[in-house]
Amino acid sequence: MKISVNGTERDVADGLTIAQLIQQLNLKTDRIATERNLSVVPKAKYAETTLVEGDKLEIVTFVGGG
Amino acid sequence: MTATASELDTPLKVGDYTFTSRLLVGTGKYATFELMRECLAASGTECVTVAVRRVKLDGPAEENLLSFVDESKYKILPNTAGCFSAEDAIRTAHLSREALNTPLVKLEVLADPKTLLPEPVGTLEACDKLVKEGFTVLVYTSDDPIMARRLADLGVASVMPAGSPIGSGQGVLNPNNIRIILETVRDEFKLPVIVDAGVGTASDVSIAMELGADGVLLNTGIAHAKDPLRMAVAMKAAIEAGRMAYLAGRIPRKLYANASSPMEGRIASAKEGIPGE
Repeated sequence: MKISVNGTERDVADGLTIAQLIQQLNLKTDRIATERNLSVVPKAKYAETTLVEGDKLEIVTFVGGG
Repeated sequence: MTATASELDTPLKVGDYTFTSRLLVGTGKYATFELMRECLAASGTECVTVAVRRVKLDGPAEENLLSFVDESKYKILPNTAGCFSAEDAIRTAHLSREALNTPLVKLEVLADPKTLLPEPVGTLEACDKLVKEGFTVLVYTSDDPIMARRLADLGVASVMPAGSPIGSGQGVLNPNNIRIILETVRDEFKLPVIVDAGVGTASDVSIAMELGADGVLLNTGIAHAKDPLRMAVAMKAAIEAGRMAYLAGRIPRKLYANASSPMEGRIASAKEGIPGE
């Protein structure tokens, strides 16, 4: 199925969870946050959140800023 | 014993947080993370701002900014910089709260990329929502005293008027507006006023503090100085100098001179001449 991650379309396996996606992307969960279709997904729910076709994800961290 | 600034002052309180240093420093625009770390230490700050951005998913792994910010020394203040609507600022605040487990947010709702001036209607809307959701909101605003009062009335933790546009280095352009903001926000609402943005050099920081501001937040003034480390040292001295001068109370301005040395006991003027001549 196709989902969007940070503005780029990705082909991922059906039934993929956010936890599995984060693992595939080699991200550490301690300094990131994830938004799915404009709502934040708490880290505790990554494992139980199953993605569906067309989901739009934003995965963010921190950069220098004023 | 020599008195130090911190002994002669009370700490800065923002919501439930207490800071000995009244300088808040941004982490953007440094040539390297190492230089940023040195500058933060030299500035004496205890609160640093960071921005929320997408993780890079392609290309080589990059070092994370937060690896260079010792969270036992610095309170992290995530901002909503780059947000041009209340909705995007609120989403960004939600993301930073989830990532850092902090209620702190420096709220910026900007009007356009050229001026980076705050968009007042969106700022009020986002501020109201985030305060109601339990965020500790430090809100970036223009130096408009009425807007500052409206924001204070919403229950923010701090109002942060801009001295001048972000990154412009123009200093405090309208000290009288800052004075009026201090009379309402600081004196009536009992909230800290932190002058945010526009600082070009150390004297700008001192001027803001001499006006009675509770703190100053700056980034570019240090990061883009020719020698950022020396400027960080200068900013630390400037914030203490300005704060101490404010607490000490300046002398009134007078039109004419007022001698510091006594007139009494001076030697005779040569014009009086030598005896017998």
